[in-house]
Amino acid sequence: MILQGKIWLFGENIDTDAIIAARYLSTTEPEELAAHLMEDIKPDFPGLVQRGDIIVAGNNFGCGSSREHAPLAIKGAGVSCVIARSFARIFYRNSINIGLPILECEEDFSGLKSGEDQLKINLELGKIIHLQSGREYKAAPFPRFMQELISRGGLVEYVKARLANQ
Amino acid sequence: MNNNFGMTMVEKILAAKAAKNKVVPGELVNVEVDLALGNDITAPVAIKEFKRFGLDRVFDPEKIVLVPDHFTPNKDIAAAEQALVLRRFAKEYGLKHYFEVGRMGIEHALLPEQGLVWPGMIIIGADSHTCTYGALGAFATGVGSTDLAAAMAIGEAWFKVPPTIRFEYYGQMPDWVSGKDLILLTIGKIGVEGARYRAMEFAGSAIDSLPMDGRLTMANMAIEAGGKCGYMQPDQITFDYLEGRVDRAYTSVYSDKNASYESIHTFDVNNLEPQIAFPPSPDNVFPVSNAKGIELDQVVIGSCTNGRIDDLRAAASVIRGKKVKEGLRLLIIPATQQIYRQAMDEGLLADFIDAEAVVSTPTCGPCLGGHMGILAKGEKALATTNRNFVGRMGHPESEVYLSNPAVAAASAVAGTIVHPEEVLS
Repeated sequence: MILQGKIWLFGENIDTDAIIAARYLSTTEPEELAAHLMEDIKPDFPGLVQRGDIIVAGNNFGCGSSREHAPLAIKGAGVSCVIARSFARIFYRNSINIGLPILECEEDFSGLKSGEDQLKINLELGKIIHLQSGREYKAAPFPRFMQELISRGGLVEYVKARLANQ
Repeated sequence: MNNNFGMTMVEKILAAKAAKNKVVPGELVNVEVDLALGNDITAPVAIKEFKRFGLDRVFDPEKIVLVPDHFTPNKDIAAAEQALVLRRFAKEYGLKHYFEVGRMGIEHALLPEQGLVWPGMIIIGADSHTCTYGALGAFATGVGSTDLAAAMAIGEAWFKVPPTIRFEYYGQMPDWVSGKDLILLTIGKIGVEGARYRAMEFAGSAIDSLPMDGRLTMANMAIEAGGKCGYMQPDQITFDYLEGRVDRAYTSVYSDKNASYESIHTFDVNNLEPQIAFPPSPDNVFPVSNAKGIELDQVVIGSCTNGRIDDLRAAASVIRGKKVKEGLRLLIIPATQQIYRQAMDEGLLADFIDAEAVVSTPTCGPCLGGHMGILAKGEKALATTNRNFVGRMGHPESEVYLSNPAVAAASAVAGTIVHPEEVLS
């Protein structure tokens, strides 16, 4: 899968309360959640983020609560991929389970221009290209079991296949 | 990985439930789930996903627990609609463990109290503080709603076997120091991702003598260090707690003497001060003496972290006969109906009300900025809860400090953050 979009840089330990505040958790609709994405740490973000954009962050992205509303809000905003140096574990499995592409990448993106620069991503190869400079970055590939989950379209499809075989 | 090494408690539980003799960190396993939990925030998403399977049954109606505890008693129409989704699902699928308002409590205080947790279990919950049950020697971890949906359908979950970090605490804890202080100290030392993807094994002489409520507090906050789970190995304190709650047979699981740990941290607790996590992160931890003089608008004593009877006893012992500082709000939230009743029988609620505190029905409420005590712009709170992220308890420009219940009660009297001895002397 090839993804391409404008990047938005975020810092370290972006928690799920920052991604979507608890006061908006009385809905499960991705589009409604997206209207408040990152609101408490970047109030203008819901108005700026566009379909296909890419979130780039530091360590431990998605720490805190287990709310699946966090990856759902990101998916609902049309964000095509989240790249982080590392992910908190519940956010990581939630993203895989709902089919939100995420990549773990140790490289330094801090020199890139947030809201301007563009990245092109090859998910299968874990290859990331900065379009303005042509510079290539390498991300960690997924374990095979998770690749299978993603290629099936997430955990729901995986379970459906399991149930069909019973 | 050297095959001559033994296994940790968590590795043994995962191996048993994956029908394997041995597992090693990093290995992916599919395991049977003994209990799957959801609440009024996460279960509606799970139920929506579950419906996509087109099933007319769940894998086991006795192994799914639904607790409406976050925005209940229903805070608004949207919350009422979400709670209704749980109620209807529980009825339609004949779930044995649905806890209605009036019978309920904050899930992670409720499940151990109701005898739904015992050593050796695998428990998943669509709530990050599911790790609490590790205090009873179970493997328990937070997952998302889709994981819960899958578990409700097939009774299984996938896991990467975590490496284990061992934390040892030695010495005699001073007065007014509790399990909360040990876990804040630990998170302060290793950071909010210090145990990311790891199991945290708590041990040492200070743990051996730590009462169950303090152990539950510690395991509860493993997630605040990024941990997959936190646990104590079962001992007499565990068995005493389970006595009269769990009447079925269970097998306790212990780490081998030659188990392999990723690292071992040792703490001397002899001269430990109560700890405070400053905003905006649970790893921003300092001794209470460093927080002296910070003025407060609100104090909250409750939550899945510190809303148990020992917590209320500690708070009441400080506040008895005193008054909450004028202009400050003190909220007391017993974590379950049973704890509420016990606090009433012991006269603790009278102590709180006489001190001019508010006593609330069990709810997660203010901990996550849901309801029942939201902060205005610029306000500061001290809470016995687990997170102090930006906007956690209300306005993005409000601030939350974290402490143990005795420090919280003392600070409500003083109006500023203080050591309990300062209001008792």
